[in-house]
Amino acid sequence: MRHIISILLENESGALSRVSGLFSARAYNIESLTVAPTEDPSLSRMTIVSIGSNDIIEQITKQLNKLVEVIKVVDLSEAAHIERELMLVKVRATGKDREEMKRIADIFRGRIIDVTDSAYVIELTGNGAKLDAFIEAIDRTLILETVRTGVSGIGRGDRILKV
Amino acid sequence: MAKEAKDKVLTGAEILIRCLQEEKVEHVFGYPGGSVLYIYDALSQQDKVKHILVRHEQAAVHAADAYSRSSNKIGVCLVTSGPGVTNAVTGIATAYMDSIPLVAITGQVPTAAIGQDAFQECDTVGITRPCVKHNFLVKDVKDLALTLKKAFYLARTGRPGPVLVDIPKDVSAQSCAFDYPESISIRSYNPIVKGHSGQIKKAVQLLQDAKRPMVYTGGGVILSNASERLTTLTRKLGYPITNTLMGLGAYPASDKQFLGMPGMHGTYETNMAMQHCDVLLAIGARFDDRVIGNPTHFAQNKRKIIHVDIDPSSISKRVKVDVPIVGDVADVLADMLAQIDSVGLSKKTQDISAWWKQIEDWRSRDCLKYPQGPDLIMPQFVVQKLFEVTKGDAFITSDVGQHQMFAAQFYGFDKPRRWINSGGLGTMGVGLPYAMGVCLANPGAQVACVTGEASIQMCIQEMSTAKQYRLPLKIVNLNNRYLGMVRQWQQMFHGNRYAESYVDALPDFVKLAEAYGHVGMQITRPQDVAPALHEAFTTYKDQLVFMDFITDQEANVFPMIENGKGLSEMIMSEDL
Ligand SMILES: Cc1ncc(C[n+]2csc(CCOP(=O)(O)OP(=O)(O)O)c2C)c(N)n1
Repeated sequence: MRHIISILLENESGALSRVSGLFSARAYNIESLTVAPTEDPSLSRMTIVSIGSNDIIEQITKQLNKLVEVIKVVDLSEAAHIERELMLVKVRATGKDREEMKRIADIFRGRIIDVTDSAYVIELTGNGAKLDAFIEAIDRTLILETVRTGVSGIGRGDRILKV
Repeated sequence: MAKEAKDKVLTGAEILIRCLQEEKVEHVFGYPGGSVLYIYDALSQQDKVKHILVRHEQAAVHAADAYSRSSNKIGVCLVTSGPGVTNAVTGIATAYMDSIPLVAITGQVPTAAIGQDAFQECDTVGITRPCVKHNFLVKDVKDLALTLKKAFYLARTGRPGPVLVDIPKDVSAQSCAFDYPESISIRSYNPIVKGHSGQIKKAVQLLQDAKRPMVYTGGGVILSNASERLTTLTRKLGYPITNTLMGLGAYPASDKQFLGMPGMHGTYETNMAMQHCDVLLAIGARFDDRVIGNPTHFAQNKRKIIHVDIDPSSISKRVKVDVPIVGDVADVLADMLAQIDSVGLSKKTQDISAWWKQIEDWRSRDCLKYPQGPDLIMPQFVVQKLFEVTKGDAFITSDVGQHQMFAAQFYGFDKPRRWINSGGLGTMGVGLPYAMGVCLANPGAQVACVTGEASIQMCIQEMSTAKQYRLPLKIVNLNNRYLGMVRQWQQMFHGNRYAESYVDALPDFVKLAEAYGHVGMQITRPQDVAPALHEAFTTYKDQLVFMDFITDQEANVFPMIENGKGLSEMIMSEDL
C-alpha cells in the first residue's frame, strides 16, 4: 500500500543523506521525497511517499525514529490528511495548440506562468492523480519537459506534527 | 574540573584530550598520520590518557571494541584521515553490528581542503554513515567539546553503538575556551528506558500460565548489565533458558536450567525447546537468521512471544510478537521481578515437570559428543582442556569459523563479558586485537584467543603491539590447515569440492611467535594438550604464548542447521 510518511528532523547537513541512505540500505521503496526548512529554521520537514506492506511501513517508521536527528515521524495516511504536489510543465504552444492548451490548463485549474512565441510553462498543483490526469489529457507530443516536486502532506484538523 | 579550566584557551587537540580525561578514558588505541599530528602532540604532553600504538587501524578499532565488551568502559580509537579511516571501517562495522559502544576519533584534511580531493582525503562521514550509530564532522573548534560530549552520550545510552567524530586538522590547531558540559540532552534523541507497566503485567501473567516456557536472551542482557537480574528471574521461575552467541555468560552455563546456545550450531535441546515452547520470553535478542533459522518454519508452531528490547525496530522485525516491551532490559527485568513478587510466585499454577522431562529427553541425545582418539587432537578437546586449565574463569576471544563455534559450545561461560567475539558481522581477524583490548581493560586477567590458522593471519601483525605493551594473552590456534567452516559447507552442500579452502604455505607459527619476541609451541598429540596449556598459563604467565594445535583436519561442527532451514531440522554428528 501507498503511505505518506511525515518526518520532522534537525535541519543539519547530512540529515537528508541519513534518511535516504536508510531507505537504500534496507531496500525500502521511495516514490517521492520532499524536504525544506520549517518556520523554525532549526527544523526541516520531510514528506516521503513509500509503497510497502504494513509490516514494512512499521519497520520504516521505527528505523526512521532511530536516526538521531529525527525528532518525530508520523504515517499521514493512517488518518485524514491532505497531500499536494506541484508540477511545472513546459509545452509547445503554437497555432491552434495555444488555445487548446490554455483551455485544458483552465479545466485543471492550472496557470500559465511563462509565455513565449512557441511555448508555455504551466503550473499545476494537486494530488498525484490529478497531475497524472493532466499529462494524460494533453497531447503528449507537445510536452517539452516536466518537473514535479513530489508530495507534501499535512494532517487534517487537530493532527499536528511539531516539536 | 570543567570549572577550573573554564576560561583557559586551549587548542582543539588539547580540548579533545581534556574531553577524554573528563570521560575517564584511560586508553586510546590508535595510529598517527598527517591530519592527527596536533592531537598526537597534545597526547604526548600528558599522561592520564595512554596511547596504544597498534600496527593496523583495523586492530585499533577491534581492540577498543573489546575494551568496551569486556569491561563496560568505553573504548576509544584514533586514526588519521583517508587510509587510516578506510582501514578502520571493518572494525567500526563489526562494533556496529553487535551494538558495542565506542568512540572513534578520525583526522580529516583541513576544512578549506574538504571536497578538493586533497591528499588523504576521504568522505569519512559518508563512508561510515551506514555503520555507525551516529557521526559528526566538527567544522568549528567551538563545537568540539559539545560534540565529544554528545558522542560519548550517544555511544553508551539507548541501544549502544559506535559514534565517530571527524576532526579536520585546522580544527585541532585552532583554539578556544574549554568548557565540558556536565550533562547533555538531545531533543531528537530520547531512548525509552522504562517498560510499559501494563505490558509487564501481561508478560508475567503469560509466563505464569505457561506449560512449556522458554527463556531466550541475547547480547542486550550483557550490554545492559542485567545478568544478575536475569539469573534471579530465571531461577525464581525455574524455567529453561538459552543464551545466544552474543549473550553467552548472561546466565551461568554450568546451571542445570541452561540448555546451551541456540541456532545454526546450537544444542539439540535448545533448538527443540525454542521450536516447541508455548511461551517464549525473548530478552535483548533479535530473532537473528542464525538463531531461529527460517521464520516461516519457526512460525509453524504456535507460541506466545514476549519480547523485551530497547530498540523498537528490533521488535516484530523478523517474528511477530504478542507482548512487546520497549525498555532497558535491566529496568524491565527489575519491574518483572517486582511484579512477580507482588502477585506471588505461588500463583504460578502450572506444573512444568512434563516439559522438563521432555527437555531432559532431548538433552540425553548428547548432541555435542565427539570422538577423541589417541592420535589426532580434536578441536573440541582443546577447548575443553582450556576450560579446565583456566577453571572456566578466563576471558575468551575468538575469530570466525569452526573454532569460534567450538569455543562457544565447549567453554561454559558462567559470567557476562567473558566471551568476546564478532557475532553479527562475523569478522575474521578480530581475535588477537580483541584479546589485546581485553588485557588492557582487565589487567591481570587470564585471556585466551581461540582462533584458526586462517583468521589469526588477518591481524597477525598485532603480535608486535602485544610485545610492545607486554600483553600476556594466550593464542590457542586450532590449526586444521583449512578454512574449516568454508570447507564444512563445501563438504555438506557443495559436493565435497573444496574450492580454495585449503590453506597452503602456512608459516611456522612457533618461529613466527619467536620472531615477534614471544613464546611459541606446537602441539600434535592429545596427551600434550593439557600440559601445554598449563605451561602457558603458569610458566609463561606473563608472556604471550602462541600454541599451535595441529588438529583433526576434517572435524565438523554439529549440530548444524542448513541455511534457510528450520530450528528442528538439525543435522547431527551421527547423520554424516
Ligand atoms: C574477513 C572475513 N573474510 C571471510 C570470511 C568467511 N569465512 C568464514 S569462516 C572462514 C574460515 C575460517 O578459517 P579458520 O580461521 O582457519 O577457522 P576454522 O573454520 O578452520 O576453525 C571464512 C573464510 C569471514 N568470516 N571474514
